[in-house]
Amino acid sequence: MRIERSMLADLARGAAFLGSGGGGDPYYSLLLAEAAIKRCDAFELLPLSEISDSALVAPCGWIGAPTVSVEKLPNGREAVAGLRRLETIMGRKIDAVLPIEIGGGNGLAPLIAAAELGVPVLDCDGMGRAFPESQMTIFNIRNLSACPSVLTASCGSLAVIETDDNLTHERIARSLSVALGGIAHLVEYPLTGAQAKANAIPGSVSAAFSAGAAIRNAHANSEDLFEALTQALRDTGLYPYSFTLFDGKIVDLERETRGGFSIGKVIIDGFGGQDRMEIEFQNENLIARRNGNVCAMTPDLITVMDRETADTITTEKLKYGQRVKVIGAAAPAMLREENALEFVGPVAFGLGLNYTPIEKLNARAPA
Amino acid sequence: MRIGVDVGGTNTDAVLIDGSQVLASFKKPTSENISAGVSSAIEAVLNRAGVAPSAVSAVMIGTTHFTNALVERSRLDEIGIIRLASPSGEALPPFTGWPSDLTGQIGKHFFLLPGGYEFDGSEISAFDEDKVRDAARAFRKRGITSIAVSSAFAPINEAMEKRAAKIIREEIPNAVISLSHEIGRLGLIERENGVILNAALATLASHVMTSFEYALEQRGLNARLFISQNDGTLISAMHASRFPVMTIGSGPTNSMRGAAFLTDIRDGIVMDVGGTTCDIGVLVNGMPRESSVAVDIGGVRTNIRMPDVLAIGLGGGTRIHFNPDKNLANGSTLRGLRIGPDSVGYRIMQESFLFGGDTLTASDIAVASGHAIFGDPSLVPALSTEAQTAIWSRIQAILEDGVDRMKTTAGDTTIIAVGGANFLIDDTIKGAAEVLRPAHASVANAVGAAIAQVGAQIDKIIDYEKTPRDVAQANLRKSALAQCAASGACENIEIVDVEEVFLSYLPGRTAQIRIKAVGDLADVSSTTIHSSERAIAKVTRAH
Repeated sequence: MRIERSMLADLARGAAFLGSGGGGDPYYSLLLAEAAIKRCDAFELLPLSEISDSALVAPCGWIGAPTVSVEKLPNGREAVAGLRRLETIMGRKIDAVLPIEIGGGNGLAPLIAAAELGVPVLDCDGMGRAFPESQMTIFNIRNLSACPSVLTASCGSLAVIETDDNLTHERIARSLSVALGGIAHLVEYPLTGAQAKANAIPGSVSAAFSAGAAIRNAHANSEDLFEALTQALRDTGLYPYSFTLFDGKIVDLERETRGGFSIGKVIIDGFGGQDRMEIEFQNENLIARRNGNVCAMTPDLITVMDRETADTITTEKLKYGQRVKVIGAAAPAMLREENALEFVGPVAFGLGLNYTPIEKLNARAPA
Repeated sequence: MRIGVDVGGTNTDAVLIDGSQVLASFKKPTSENISAGVSSAIEAVLNRAGVAPSAVSAVMIGTTHFTNALVERSRLDEIGIIRLASPSGEALPPFTGWPSDLTGQIGKHFFLLPGGYEFDGSEISAFDEDKVRDAARAFRKRGITSIAVSSAFAPINEAMEKRAAKIIREEIPNAVISLSHEIGRLGLIERENGVILNAALATLASHVMTSFEYALEQRGLNARLFISQNDGTLISAMHASRFPVMTIGSGPTNSMRGAAFLTDIRDGIVMDVGGTTCDIGVLVNGMPRESSVAVDIGGVRTNIRMPDVLAIGLGGGTRIHFNPDKNLANGSTLRGLRIGPDSVGYRIMQESFLFGGDTLTASDIAVASGHAIFGDPSLVPALSTEAQTAIWSRIQAILEDGVDRMKTTAGDTTIIAVGGANFLIDDTIKGAAEVLRPAHASVANAVGAAIAQVGAQIDKIIDYEKTPRDVAQANLRKSALAQCAASGACENIEIVDVEEVFLSYLPGRTAQIRIKAVGDLADVSSTTIHSSERAIAKVTRAH
């Protein structure tokens, strides 16, 4: 599939939804991708099944604080510098890149690298949504190594990280990103084509496209935006259940920073004045309760959206008084496997309860 | 006494206010020659009240000049911008994503130079004096005198932008220089976009302010001239000529502030119905609620503070698409009924049936159905009661939907109906606990300009591990109050808003704090509403 300039806004919109409240605002990533596509024409999106087993594929994305990333902008050479260094280390050319996480700005990040290197973007990613830390990627869950990994910053600094332990890798990368100004580009979990096929979340880039396009088309045809979005998500097969969890107004918001994370709780009251939804977040939305009863939890997606425009409202943009719809979606099946839940399920975030799939929690909601 | 003037796209409104009393008001279509219009509006209110020009101590003007210039792409300067952030940000140079008809007017002259700061205040790269000087010379060679400077994390540290300004001034003594930290908040691209727009308005702003001053002089006024800003506070004309972009949302803000003043309501919804649109805004503690999203100005994304206003295409001149002949005969009254969004606007006095024209407008319906009295009702085509009721309720439904979209709490709220066509809002509109129509409602915007206060705003990133939270906040409050006093406030100076946003993914406890202070101008403290309810911080005026 060719990705034309006109399609980028769809990808950004869809990626924002898949961020589940995190991943940052993809606006700057969108501008960057538009600039890159102007220089390099169109991008090639390659289905995961079409990459050769022996290929070298490189997941990449940005690590750091979204609040810093709007001020300290990339110089455009970070991704290529990191990927070139990985090629030197591996002694061979990179055949394709993929987003480490599809959710938020990182969903568009590899487009620029792909354009510069002239390689395709693989239609897959490492998270199927957004998560706060690098070890929450499916590649770590499936015991693949994050290293060798290359971190680059706009000042031209470059660091190669070598460690056997993926948690240590996350810690090193995180501190380096802070030392380099709060935001850096990371090429990590280099994979063979075979490993990518066996482990990456397939079809998530095109799923983001369809989600974004569905909203755009519904706007154009004055149709129900959320019907269109949830239908498009279900149609992808990757997010087999999706529906509106709540409709209301934000009436309270608490947040604090703990351990570098933005942690908090948002309360939304229904327009009838009877129902209430409470969502806890740690960068991403983690758990939603309707009238005290859990109705969705990580790794399933919980995204708060503007109820008029269907623009995603990330957790840092939540504000008292916003009129919103909360959309839930089942996470890709790979994230719901038992060993995956250790890393991305409710226990991983200290929520103290067992994972129940969103479709079970909302048995009466439309599939 | 003060005179407030609001120059809108359709009408120029003026009021003369003494203390909290409106002595005279005036409304007429905005003229081609805006300063002549302002001058005659001032003359009119003085004459109506029988007040001598010497009794007026201050004139406050809100104007739509700058918005129009940006939207129409006219009267804009060619500008040059220097960004201090390299090597960071080179992938997104200035003007990325701008509409080409706008860059066609103002050019695309930029330099990406070393400089800027990291989030912790350290330098991204060292300031390069020679490079800045070379850039300034290049602009001078092209004859560019409107110059903008942006720098990474300038809201935390503005030092480099100021150093650049000094060098530019040395090279181009007549330059008008706009610095990003003076315009916007965090978000380099949006802030830089705002500062570029500001620079593009430099020449126009200077002309407009000169013409306002001339208008005052012409009427023999020896009064101070203030311009109202987006947030409802005032700046001096000299200040406004440097920061025109800070005034472009002042129209809706002024009507909301005026509505609050005329009714003594601090929290509620204001609906300002003009000839073409109805602007709906929310009052929180007497001030307009601010928009939390990026604001699009003339197709450019900025983070300039603007009131959160929903504009609906429904006003007194809105066309009612409906064929009375076809619909009356058989009683099937509503076939093809459409309300607007087109409007006859200021031509309502010629084109609506009420005034002898042949276009059916919302005003015709309001008068025909007994909701307003003006014009000549006998000229409106005879409509069945069913048709009138149906059209009227369709109009109400549009307005009700707008109210619902702006409300932040369940339950009914107070609605203040202002603007020349406020009669379009029915007393029984859904969502309203009550509909207030204060005296002088049709010139609420000019009232809002006249009673405006001066203010100051501070936006900083603080690491609470370096400076304890209470100490940091106390310091910022102090400097906000001091800045407010320095801008001319002398009484009832108070902090009206504190916002704190923690920055995630960074070590420690780093937060972005925004503090806003407002205060009354010297001779108008009597206009303060509910001053006893406020925590009053007295600050002695510096001069």
